Amino acid sequence: MPKEDVRHLGEKRHGSATVEKKRETFERDYSQYDFKFPTDRYQHVLKPGLSREIIEEISHLKNEPNWMREFRLQAYEVFLKKTMPMWGADLSTINFDRITYYASPSDKSARSWDDVPEEVKKTFDRLGIPEAERKFLAGVGAQYDSEVVYHSIREDLAKKGVVFLSMDDGLREYPDLVKEYIATVIPPTDNKFAALNSAVWSGGSFIYVPKGVQVEIPLQAYFRINAPQMGQFERTLIIADEGARVHYIEGCTAPVYSRESLHSAVVELIAKRGAHLRYTTLQNWSNDVYNLVTKRAVAYEDATVEWVDANIGSRITMKYPAVYMLGKGAKADILSVAFAGKGQHQDTGGKAIHAAPYTTSTIVSKSVSKDGGRASYRGQLVVAKGAHHAKSNVRCDALLLDERSRTDTYPYIEIDEDQVTIGHEATVGKVGDDQIFYLQSRGLSEAEALSMIVLGFMEPFTKTLPMEYAIEFNRLIQLEMEGSVG
Amino acid sequence: MANALEIRDLRVSVEGKEILKGLTLTVKTGEVHSIMGPNGSGKSTLALALMGHPKYEVTGGEVLFKGQNILELEPDERAWLGLFLAFQYPLEIQGVPLGRFLWAAKKAQLGQSETSNGKPDKKADAKALGEFRKELKAKLSLLKLDEVFGQRYLNVGFSGGEKKRAEIVQMHLLKPQIAIMDETDSGLDIDSVRVVAEAINQLRGPEFGALIITHYQRILNFFRPDYVHVMADGRIVRSGDYSLAQELEAKGYDWILNGQEQGVS
Repeated sequence: MPKEDVRHLGEKRHGSATVEKKRETFERDYSQYDFKFPTDRYQHVLKPGLSREIIEEISHLKNEPNWMREFRLQAYEVFLKKTMPMWGADLSTINFDRITYYASPSDKSARSWDDVPEEVKKTFDRLGIPEAERKFLAGVGAQYDSEVVYHSIREDLAKKGVVFLSMDDGLREYPDLVKEYIATVIPPTDNKFAALNSAVWSGGSFIYVPKGVQVEIPLQAYFRINAPQMGQFERTLIIADEGARVHYIEGCTAPVYSRESLHSAVVELIAKRGAHLRYTTLQNWSNDVYNLVTKRAVAYEDATVEWVDANIGSRITMKYPAVYMLGKGAKADILSVAFAGKGQHQDTGGKAIHAAPYTTSTIVSKSVSKDGGRASYRGQLVVAKGAHHAKSNVRCDALLLDERSRTDTYPYIEIDEDQVTIGHEATVGKVGDDQIFYLQSRGLSEAEALSMIVLGFMEPFTKTLPMEYAIEFNRLIQLEMEGSVG
Repeated sequence: MANALEIRDLRVSVEGKEILKGLTLTVKTGEVHSIMGPNGSGKSTLALALMGHPKYEVTGGEVLFKGQNILELEPDERAWLGLFLAFQYPLEIQGVPLGRFLWAAKKAQLGQSETSNGKPDKKADAKALGEFRKELKAKLSLLKLDEVFGQRYLNVGFSGGEKKRAEIVQMHLLKPQIAIMDETDSGLDIDSVRVVAEAINQLRGPEFGALIITHYQRILNFFRPDYVHVMADGRIVRSGDYSLAQELEAKGYDWILNGQEQGVS
């Protein structure tokens, strides 16, 4: 992107009317709405099922440019032709005709707090989630409070020319930028769920970090206003221009109660020369959700992409964050953590594609299975012809907490180059009685001792998180661990 | 009245084999006892059974601590009562920093781990945490361990001697009333033995009692135990004062063991 454009973006964000208007919005008193959100702005819920008409209606409701409507329609054709994946988890019970593909945030929030399952409410209590956030997380309210807190941060970002919008707003405000990059990393033809997302996407984040700009604080999805934080089909696109640095965090540790059982996101990352991009996900969908997400990054010369991905909730998750190293010296770091409890199958891992020389990848996968849960590691490592001096290290550690639980490892490796260094290590462990006894002898209960060992096992992940997330994550694991003893 | 650990005719089996065959011993606060004995006499079994290791099955006798039968209690409940075991082989726990672990243990013992409504008192916790950090630093220094050990994963990559010293750091922070130390001195060089012995001496007083299991008399030179017991084949076969330890050092165990065989006691 030419330098002029970058500056232009900065000026446009800084001190613009948008920012001022939003400040006004923050100061409005929303308490009068109690569990409800003013519904005059949004009240569209489309009928279940998918058709050309539904997609045209989505595009119409969002008032999108023609090219986006066409993009959606073409993706829909691809979706119809593509078959379901015949590997990984069992997806046979998904019924595409019964899913609602578009509902604006407000009617999500029009649902009553009474509809939220008791179990989810209880977990909010235990996690100490503030009242306002609970409603938001349960889909019965929107989170305005944090917006006020983060207002000054947003202004700083704007000054630096950083664009941080919902994808819908991104398309409205920066249509050319979106058009240039969207679906360049993950085309609709990639897989059936990427096609589905391309046809019906809504929400997600659009981020552009200009050349050389270092974003010091992690950008978090809930900075944004009026964008559904975790829609069913959110679409995220992040571009870190040359030498830029950014860390994005999505999700949160509280269970997200959703109205639909299918969540299918697409996340595309572009790290240009020398850029550093980290993307952290904490997923804790409620246990009836199919979480089928395509995440892929391209890393150009000397760029680094880090995926940090934790999957705790959902019934089934299939997610393999990928990095295509397209430039010399590019680096990929994929850290994937999964917790599979009763009735859950976490099929996760990572993909590292070395398409240039002197590229380096590290994949670390850690999973915990308990109460009959199943955690699978599925990874792909490709070193293309010409990617000489590529280095890759894959490590999978699984912890089984009982005899009924299961763990599998499916590493796929293709090496078309001789001068490479490849390491692969997999371990399966159990918690020893002696370890539990040792911790118990210092005053921890058996359950606390087991949690502590599991948390220790997860430590390589937890230490990458900002403190408040790490604390929440640890509390969540402790909750998940309760009842697994005795 | 002093708090006492009263072991009466204790019988313990491991995997069906009887190891302790009716052991009787009382340790009161204010006293330091030492148990000596040859390998295989059941010293470590005694230590682990007193702390409640699930592998050690109590088949007879009773153990009272502060007048309460502790054999029915979980190891953590025994710890809350004020019992502590310094392990002969401390376990390694990946990803759990020593300081964080000890803080959790401290909170568990203070009963602050979780209040009835699940919300900890943050202010009090923060204050207690501040004091804890200071104390941890001081105790690490007392045991001649670098401050960085507080952040290192529990015993992971520690040398044998560092592990033993870290056990004594834990003991100092958790302030038990009765501490059992299982061969804390084995594998330590002479300087480390001195450091550890001095740290143990610091705890001595009317509120603290210790049962120090050792194979060698060496550590006893640095703090004179009030009582010395000789253990053989799952029982205490001889008790005495510090001079018994000196006698053992000079003559070895054989004179006692052989004497016993001949029915002399």
